[in-house]
Amino acid sequence: MAAQPQKQPQRPGGEEETGTESAAQLKANPQATERAEELDSILDEIDTVLEANAEEFVKGFVQKGGQ
Amino acid sequence: MDRRVFGVETEFAALHRPASGRGLPPDELARYLFRPVVDFGRSSNIFIPNGARLYLDVGSHPEYATSECADLMDLIAADRAGEVIMHDLAVWTEKRIAEDGFDGQVYLLKNNVDSAGNSYGSHENYLIPRTTHFRRLSGILLPFLITRQIIAGAGRVVPADEKQPAHFAFSQRADHMWEGISSATTRSRPIINTRDEPHADAASHRRLHVIVGDSNMSSTTSLLRYGSTDLVLRMIEAGVPIGDFELENPIGAIRHISHDLTGTAAVRIRGGEESTAVEIQQGLLDRAKRFVAEHGAHHEHVERILQLWERTLEAVRTGDHSLIDTEIDWAIKKRLIEEIADQRGIGLDHPRMEQIDMAYHDVHPERGLFYLLRRRGRAQEILTEDQVTEAMITPPQTRAAIRGEFLSTARAFGAEYTVDWVHHKLTDRPLEALMLKDPFATTDERVESLLEKLGDRNQLRERSLQQRQADSVSLALTDRFEADESTQDLVQFP
Repeated sequence: MAAQPQKQPQRPGGEEETGTESAAQLKANPQATERAEELDSILDEIDTVLEANAEEFVKGFVQKGGQ
Repeated sequence: MDRRVFGVETEFAALHRPASGRGLPPDELARYLFRPVVDFGRSSNIFIPNGARLYLDVGSHPEYATSECADLMDLIAADRAGEVIMHDLAVWTEKRIAEDGFDGQVYLLKNNVDSAGNSYGSHENYLIPRTTHFRRLSGILLPFLITRQIIAGAGRVVPADEKQPAHFAFSQRADHMWEGISSATTRSRPIINTRDEPHADAASHRRLHVIVGDSNMSSTTSLLRYGSTDLVLRMIEAGVPIGDFELENPIGAIRHISHDLTGTAAVRIRGGEESTAVEIQQGLLDRAKRFVAEHGAHHEHVERILQLWERTLEAVRTGDHSLIDTEIDWAIKKRLIEEIADQRGIGLDHPRMEQIDMAYHDVHPERGLFYLLRRRGRAQEILTEDQVTEAMITPPQTRAAIRGEFLSTARAFGAEYTVDWVHHKLTDRPLEALMLKDPFATTDERVESLLEKLGDRNQLRERSLQQRQADSVSLALTDRFEADESTQDLVQFP
């Protein structure tokens, strides 16, 4: 049952490494850290609302032509 | 024209995603979605109390046409009201199909292209004087519209094909335009459609039908899109010299421009040298600024439109898209795409990116990514929630107000009627059918006296917003009046 947009976060690609790397680089700058955290939080929220299987969603999104 | 009538018609994509397997086919899904519409108006093609039209179009696309608006903010609010109505229908459908044993989510997307390359539109209407010289109109308006995507495009993640890798483009619609000017729509998809149904006095007016635009989510982008087009039309109508930007190959140019985010793609001016989208837009903007300086601003948003127009061109020219990445759809979307690429280490060819592109246009207020970004302060908003709620039920101050009054009153008395943009008819009084040719008129005596014949209109009680919100699939599909016998009873027993 998937009536609500609740999905497990899906993290494609080598996200672990890039996340840690950029966090280390940004440590010196509190403003940049805040921005990075805000972005992380946005991307996490996006992961929870999007269907986990992107490829299936995209392939399944077929309409008839309009005007 | 100092005052102009505008309207926009949006075709939405509809999609059912079950937990597993295939979703409902488009026509079946559309039938579900429009059941509340049919319940309200006994047809899948109806006018509603706010004066707008709801219908199922070619290809089972739910379509919403705003009523005629004479103010840009009214237009943008009316357009946003359409998104809310579509969401309401989706929520109802999800519940209804669950009762029928189908699980999953229903999506309504305000975008212009699916993954198979089908396209559906966002059609703008502008009332123009019949005296406008058509050759001059097309000579100036076509190059404006072809290059307008760099200031008002919705942005698109274009998947890889044989010729090019996956990339980000300005426009959703650009690749689907096949002709400059024509009278057909489905068959040939021209940028300007000349089908001449003015829905007004044909002796004095023409309705310019523009089908090249992307569906915008951002209200600031919408303001720039309609506001700049109105300014260019004003200059055309005033007959001022504007310069020659007419393109040798309009369709080649519109595609070429869409796929070059630097705005420097060379396009050839007819019989002359090469130019770019930025140069053509800058030329028209400079002329518009001069025009406004000489003739004055004709509405309160002109200055904001000119500033955003200027800043958007600067953003494209310099490549500093952060200048506009909370105000212009393609830049808002592109910023998100780039950040995801960066943070998650995936390229534009990853299906997730196409999904993000589509989800940006989802009209679901929690799930849709434009709304999500707006909540996070990454997209600006010029409308209040109250303005949108108002636009769901109240027609703008144009002929739409008469249409709304007519159909709401007829409904309250239980009288059969037919109504469209121009015609107003009570089924029992066919000989008294009325045509309203002036789209600016907000009252009409003939309509008033026709409605008086239905009964005592003082008996009608206007229903409160709370009452209307309580009992319906969508606020837009609720009655404005009720014939109130209970009040009479109460008067007898104070």
